[in-house]
Amino acid sequence: MELLVASAVGLMTACGVYLTLRKRTFPVIVGLAMLSYAVNVFIFASGRLAIGLPAIITKDAAGYTDPLTQALVLTAIVISFGMTALIVMMALGAFLETGDDRIGMEEDTALEPTSPKPALPQEGTK
Amino acid sequence: MNHWIIAPVILPALLAPFIVLVMRHDLSLQRIFSTAGTAVLTAISLVLLYTASTNPPEVYFLGNWPAPFGIVLVLDRLSAMMIALTAVLALLVQLYAISSGWDARGKHFHALFQFQLMGICGAFLTGDAFNLFVFFEVLLIASYGLMIHGGGANRLKAGVQYVAYNLVGSTLFLFALASIYSVTGTLNMADLAVKVAELPAGDAALMRVGAVLLLLVFAVKGALVPLQFWLPATYSFAPGPVAALFAVMTKVGAYAVIRVYTLIFPPDTPSTGLLFADILLPAAIFTLIVGAIGVMGATGLARMVAFAAIGSMGTLFIAVAQFTPDALTAAFYYLVHSTLATAILFLVVDLVQDRRGNDSLRAAAPPFGQHGLIAALFFGGAIAMAGMPPLSGFLGKLLVLDATRGADMAVIWTAILVTSLITIIGFSRAGSQVFWKAHATTTTQTRPEGKAEPLAFTVVFVLLLALAALTILAGPVTDWLADTSAELFDRAAYINAVLPTAKE
Repeated sequence: MELLVASAVGLMTACGVYLTLRKRTFPVIVGLAMLSYAVNVFIFASGRLAIGLPAIITKDAAGYTDPLTQALVLTAIVISFGMTALIVMMALGAFLETGDDRIGMEEDTALEPTSPKPALPQEGTK
Repeated sequence: MNHWIIAPVILPALLAPFIVLVMRHDLSLQRIFSTAGTAVLTAISLVLLYTASTNPPEVYFLGNWPAPFGIVLVLDRLSAMMIALTAVLALLVQLYAISSGWDARGKHFHALFQFQLMGICGAFLTGDAFNLFVFFEVLLIASYGLMIHGGGANRLKAGVQYVAYNLVGSTLFLFALASIYSVTGTLNMADLAVKVAELPAGDAALMRVGAVLLLLVFAVKGALVPLQFWLPATYSFAPGPVAALFAVMTKVGAYAVIRVYTLIFPPDTPSTGLLFADILLPAAIFTLIVGAIGVMGATGLARMVAFAAIGSMGTLFIAVAQFTPDALTAAFYYLVHSTLATAILFLVVDLVQDRRGNDSLRAAAPPFGQHGLIAALFFGGAIAMAGMPPLSGFLGKLLVLDATRGADMAVIWTAILVTSLITIIGFSRAGSQVFWKAHATTTTQTRPEGKAEPLAFTVVFVLLLALAALTILAGPVTDWLADTSAELFDRAAYINAVLPTAKE
């Protein structure tokens, strides 16, 4: 089982890193989700792998598995889920605003005199 | 138990949803409540600063669970200083945002601002590594909202980059924490400090991996080369007041490095030793160089200031990488100074952008409203940032130079002195392009219309005055900071406060 969990974490991390380095937003977001799955399994495994043991100490149980990592992983899942939803919304916003979904900036420069003022009042946009 | 310790977290945490739920349609009410909240936060933080400087580290046990089972908040001199710095800066920046009308250019500015403060204060106070991760996420998610406040194509694109970069950073943080937990079985910082010191030799390798991963995460936050790529676009496209507030966000990374690598992995730890200083020092020197080159090469004022911020993080981390009490004292002084100086420059850039319509350094543009006044403010900010006398940047760099008389003295001194010169040249070039050459492009003698924003100008003046005060009071301030670093190196006091039964 150790081999299975370890290779799952490794494979997902590798896929996540590869996808994160792509230049379109969609693969990047999938890659980030993949990375967060990998880290969730990793956190879970950091409390040692055990089969069929309760997470709560009881008198008649043979032992117990670490409940803290389960709590940690729950927090991590909630946060990464929220962050993924947020980056999807922001990527959509950027796509609708600029018409393309590349991650990089067109040109890393300043506000040029020709470009529109950055600070147009935009009521109601996110 | 002193319940005021949790106030800097609770107050914005309650105020933000209250602003969203009750007064989301009324901007004036939002302004009043949010500013009042930040003012109260400032008052509380000053009281905490006073408490921390007269008492040993104080611990707040959340839910009264004993450490290491519950989460603890720890108030010591360092965290009190960081919170006070954050609160004062936030109050001024918020007044600027209100005066310049930035908070009206999108929704929920004030709610996001309060959440941002909650995250930053929480990150400075917490004594638990996983809780530090949670507060990092709170401050990041609020910063995502603030960064794209006002919208616009460039800002959204820069925002997506920023979020993607920081999500990878958060994932790394979790990998680091899980590795450390798998070795020690705890994430309470004081408990970690005890456990890491008596770690069996067989676990040292895994511990080192976790510790270096953690350093990477803090390097992302602190914009250390080669992990600084998110900063220039983010800071230059963020709204001016938000960028000014973000000046304290890179310092969260520096704070975390100082806290973790003096408390948990001090240089005499058998499993890690001087590993972090060896990694941190070259990275810091390269950060300084990249920052200076960026200042020279930037095509826009905002981008130039962003690179100057990177350079100042380099100077700060050079001092931190020494891990000696003297160097940390210098680092703290420079930290306070560079936070204020960066904030001033971002606010000045915002004043310029607002009146000139752009901040391009490629071509000179005609003079704009309140030209001379803004030029004077820019001059003050640039002097502070580049580290010239008479402002505190000079003293800060002097302290850093004085504290780095070690084996690497030649490299460090050369790097700091040469980059200071390059930064001065970069700032003079930008200043003459934006403010001086403007007169050559126009023949008309009519003065362009200015905008009456007295509060905005007052805020920048107050920040400059704060730098002047930091210079004049450098003696007492460094004495206080020397006590702060002495307290950091007295690990036993911190550990005993959190874990009364532990030996160390």
